[in-house]
Amino acid sequence: MPSTPTLYRGHEGMWMWIVHRATGVAIFFFLLVHVLDTSLVRLSPEAYNQVIDSYKTPLYGLLEAGLVAAIILHAFNGLRIIAVDRWTWALRHQKLLVWVVWGIFVVLMAGFLPRQLTNVFGGE
Amino acid sequence: MAAPELSHPLPSTRKRLTPAHRWWWKFQRISGVVLVVLLFAHLFYNLVLGDGVNQIDFAFVAGKWAAPLWKWWAFALLVLAMLHGMNGMSYLVGDYARSQRTRRFLNALLGAATAVIVVLGTLVIFTFDPCPQGADASLLPSFCAEVGK
Ligand code: HEM
Repeated sequence: MPSTPTLYRGHEGMWMWIVHRATGVAIFFFLLVHVLDTSLVRLSPEAYNQVIDSYKTPLYGLLEAGLVAAIILHAFNGLRIIAVDRWTWALRHQKLLVWVVWGIFVVLMAGFLPRQLTNVFGGE
Repeated sequence: MAAPELSHPLPSTRKRLTPAHRWWWKFQRISGVVLVVLLFAHLFYNLVLGDGVNQIDFAFVAGKWAAPLWKWWAFALLVLAMLHGMNGMSYLVGDYARSQRTRRFLNALLGAATAVIVVLGTLVIFTFDPCPQGADASLLPSFCAEVGK
């Protein structure tokens, strides 16, 4: 089966484009729900606390960690897109910049995950 | 599966790009840069400092929103993230919706959802009462007792 090479099939930029799109959509839908749950502070302290307490369970704790991961990837890849559109240096090194994004992602997640997981699974 | 060949490039994008498209393209980038600051401070303050997620409850929110800075922070985050998300989603609608009608319908739905969420969120932030009358005092921020409500 001959396959015609296209612009960027299978390279770093294509995977990053998919990641950027998927994370953008996920964050958008989360944001809709997040504004609704926060609005409960206007209803009563009990209503708000009840819903927020369910966010402190292991299942939601993991989902939150996933959300933070999505935000980190989308944010730093967004900055990469802006840089690549703006500066020829960045355009020339866009592949390297993809790996820089992943590097920042790993470092920030290594800082955040222990914090979040001990909060959610930890003792008190 | 072989990728389709790009034998017919789309007609010049110059004709299809209106000034509004250009404005939103710029907005997507400017709001993105501002959101990095707003959003990471938001996450750091709520999930990393103090007791992380476990600290979040009514009294925590009331304590934060006692400061005008955090109210305006929340408002800026709400407006910029919703508009950025709305415009981003409408890029997907443009890419995947096949007919003009579907595109119009989905974009209208997006606009309506965004308007509802922004108006609701704004009302909540600016009409918020940290010491609602008759509420269980143990759930309220400590300053409610001092104010004597
Ligand atoms: C944290 C800072 C953020 C930065 C730096 C950022 C940056 C960007 C940039 C530059 C684009 C345009 C991509 C392009 O034209 O190819 C974009 C698209 C998008 N963003 Fe963000 N963004 C951020 C936060 C958010 C948030 C909070 C949401 C959700 C509410 C969001 C949802 C989207 C969506 C749905 C798209 C469209 C994706 C696509 O066209 O494939 N972004 N973002």
